Amino acid sequence: MVKNNEKKKISGAQAVVKCLIAEGVDLIFGYPGGAIMPVYDALYDVEEELKHVLTRHEQGAVHAAQGYARATGKVGVCIATSGPGATNLITGIADAQVDSTPLVCITGQVAAHLLGSDAFQETDVIGISMPVTKWNFQVTNAQEIPFALAKAFFIARSGKPGPVLVDITKDAQFEPFHFNYTTFTGMRSYLPIPKFNKGMCEKVIEQINEAERPLILFGQGVILGNAESEFKDFIEKSGIPSAWTILGLSALDSDHYLNVGMLGMHGNYAPNKLTNECDLLIAIGMRFDDRVTGNLEKYAKQAQIVHIEIDEAEINKNVFANYPLIGDVKEILPYLTAHIEARTHPEWLQQFRELEKEEIEAVIYQELNPVVDQLSMGEVLNLINEVSDNKNVIVSDVGQHQMITCRYAKFKASKSSITSGGLGTMGFCLPAAIGAKMGEPNKEVIAIVGDGGFQMTLQELGTIFQFKTAVKIILLNNEFLGMVRQWQELFFDKRYASTTMINPDFQTIVAGYGIETNKVKQRKYLKGAIKTMLDFEGPYFLEVMVGKENNVFPMVATGDSVADIRLK
Amino acid sequence: MYKLKEKYTISVFTEDVVGILNRVTIIFTRRKINIESIAAGESELDGIYRYTIVITECEENVIKIIKQLEKQVEVIKAVYHLDNDVVFQEIALYKVKTSVLASGGKAENIVRAHNARVLTVETAFTVLEKTGHKEETQSLFEELKPFGILEFVRSGRVAITKPMKTLASIVEAMEKETESQDNISNLFNLK
Ligand SMILES: Cc1ncc(C[n+]2csc(CCOP(=O)(O)OP(=O)(O)O)c2C)c(N)n1
Repeated sequence: MVKNNEKKKISGAQAVVKCLIAEGVDLIFGYPGGAIMPVYDALYDVEEELKHVLTRHEQGAVHAAQGYARATGKVGVCIATSGPGATNLITGIADAQVDSTPLVCITGQVAAHLLGSDAFQETDVIGISMPVTKWNFQVTNAQEIPFALAKAFFIARSGKPGPVLVDITKDAQFEPFHFNYTTFTGMRSYLPIPKFNKGMCEKVIEQINEAERPLILFGQGVILGNAESEFKDFIEKSGIPSAWTILGLSALDSDHYLNVGMLGMHGNYAPNKLTNECDLLIAIGMRFDDRVTGNLEKYAKQAQIVHIEIDEAEINKNVFANYPLIGDVKEILPYLTAHIEARTHPEWLQQFRELEKEEIEAVIYQELNPVVDQLSMGEVLNLINEVSDNKNVIVSDVGQHQMITCRYAKFKASKSSITSGGLGTMGFCLPAAIGAKMGEPNKEVIAIVGDGGFQMTLQELGTIFQFKTAVKIILLNNEFLGMVRQWQELFFDKRYASTTMINPDFQTIVAGYGIETNKVKQRKYLKGAIKTMLDFEGPYFLEVMVGKENNVFPMVATGDSVADIRLK
Repeated sequence: MYKLKEKYTISVFTEDVVGILNRVTIIFTRRKINIESIAAGESELDGIYRYTIVITECEENVIKIIKQLEKQVEVIKAVYHLDNDVVFQEIALYKVKTSVLASGGKAENIVRAHNARVLTVETAFTVLEKTGHKEETQSLFEELKPFGILEFVRSGRVAITKPMKTLASIVEAMEKETESQDNISNLFNLK
């Protein structure tokens, strides 16, 4: 009897693996090391059910998990060892926290009796990760594992999603115990989805019915709330022009007649200018980031403001909301749609069209059709739009190419723009693209990266090589840390302190990883090269040499009002 | 724009879990807000901890802090009050040489005038206790100072709120609401 019972026991490490499978996870990213070895050993037995992708750096693992989560809407999972393994995850965790990406990060930890003793590879990862996690927890005995992981998944994906970290001591991973898994369904101190206030809805409906110049600003909340179609119904019935934050990009078709473009520092001219002319501003699933609002003292002061948001802490944080609506967009929007009058705002929409025309003349036309020999980043994006079906997942890094990508890439499907928004993490792109491709293998995943950011996580070419991940990488090489150089040009008298990049031969490096490569310097080869890349079956690297000192415009300079957006 | 800063007492009710104090204080330190005093302990309900935190801030920022506190998954409730809306006390302990308190001495009169209690008398030292608002414990401190204070300690503020809504009723409402999230799968962004 006793023997039989003993047999049914499994180790903590095996329990970790079983919990992941029970949560529906079939792909994880990570990097092994001493304190997490028992979990790796357990993974060895379930390779078929639960695939582990060995990245080349823990930062690669966490960004890949983010890319996976952003492309699929599922929780991304990454694992790492204690000490340096755990600290290498921190940038990605901070990124996921500010961009609301559901992640479960599992770290190994030194044995419980060594905690606090400065043991080999011990770091206080609970302490370090606390400010950048939605929740974290340290497990010191095996019995805690199922509950901790069930709770971790629940917290990561419910309400406003975010990263959680579970730190598991090595002895707990070895410890045998009787495993039993039940999914977690809630806790009294945490209400993921507050019930929205119908009384407030009535007031909002009245405002919408009466507004002459209403404007909608939408963010990632629409995507995270799976409310793209509810959102579309809402704007179509209300006839309200809608502008997006870069995290909201792809929630609405780029070519939708009510899509009036990108908000913020390098956003479009019309929505920025008219933010200060609308009479009703309806913010949906966005948090009025300073890159979106510019100077808050001069932001939409003339407008009544409706803020639809799941996270109450965002209400009145940056912009005072006359009509806060806290709850789930997927419930609130259909309620509003059902009760508002069907309207159109042709004259108001015309104002957007006119300002758009100005922007096209002053900025967009030149960006997409340069008269100089040097290639522009915009024409690369434009050609991708032209030769593809616009159903690609486009992952961008951080800098000028990111702004150009968000400004010019066209999207037809939600969850298809992935970029590091709130944290602006250079190096995010390549590993995030790997994760996105692994999560959505049937979609074309295109990574758009600068020569600076590429070199921050370029080691992940090794992951692409090993797993034959068919991502398409476009390096927009301006031989500068372009975005910083632009600021130096505009605000620091062209004093280019440490922004010149003396680059290696990327062709040789990438070829060394067995990846197909090409390099384009001349316009006449560009379209063909992009086509060849997209037609290619496996991973592909296309380097495009672009103008070294091109700038991204329009621009709202720091401290300026959105209405003072400059075209030059 | 000048915003009036006032003294606020923030009461935070949390689940009894390791690390929650850290999560609570991070929210203040992130904004570079100095925590003037903090007291932690169990509340009247089993398994619920209560932190009493005193800061000087403008109300607008206090509200933002309250929301960020409540956003923490293991924080049950956070509330804030001005001094008028709470009954509060601090306790201070003073260690002085027993010789200075020898009968008839000036020091003894001071102790009496302040209604301080003698907790223990040893040959070498005496420990006094005074409970009250900070100004009161501080004024005893100032007056005893010339006689030599060997050791001094003051607790953080503990406060009871005047408004009558009980923690039990708040918790009960929250438990009900969590249960009524009947279709849990709706919470997930499952495909
Ligand atoms: C990890 C990190 N370090 C520094 C920065 C600051 N930064 C923002 S954009 C930028 C330049 C990016 O250069 P590159 O990758 O070549 O892209 P480009 O702007 O030229 O398109 C830098 C250094 C950052 N965002 N992230």
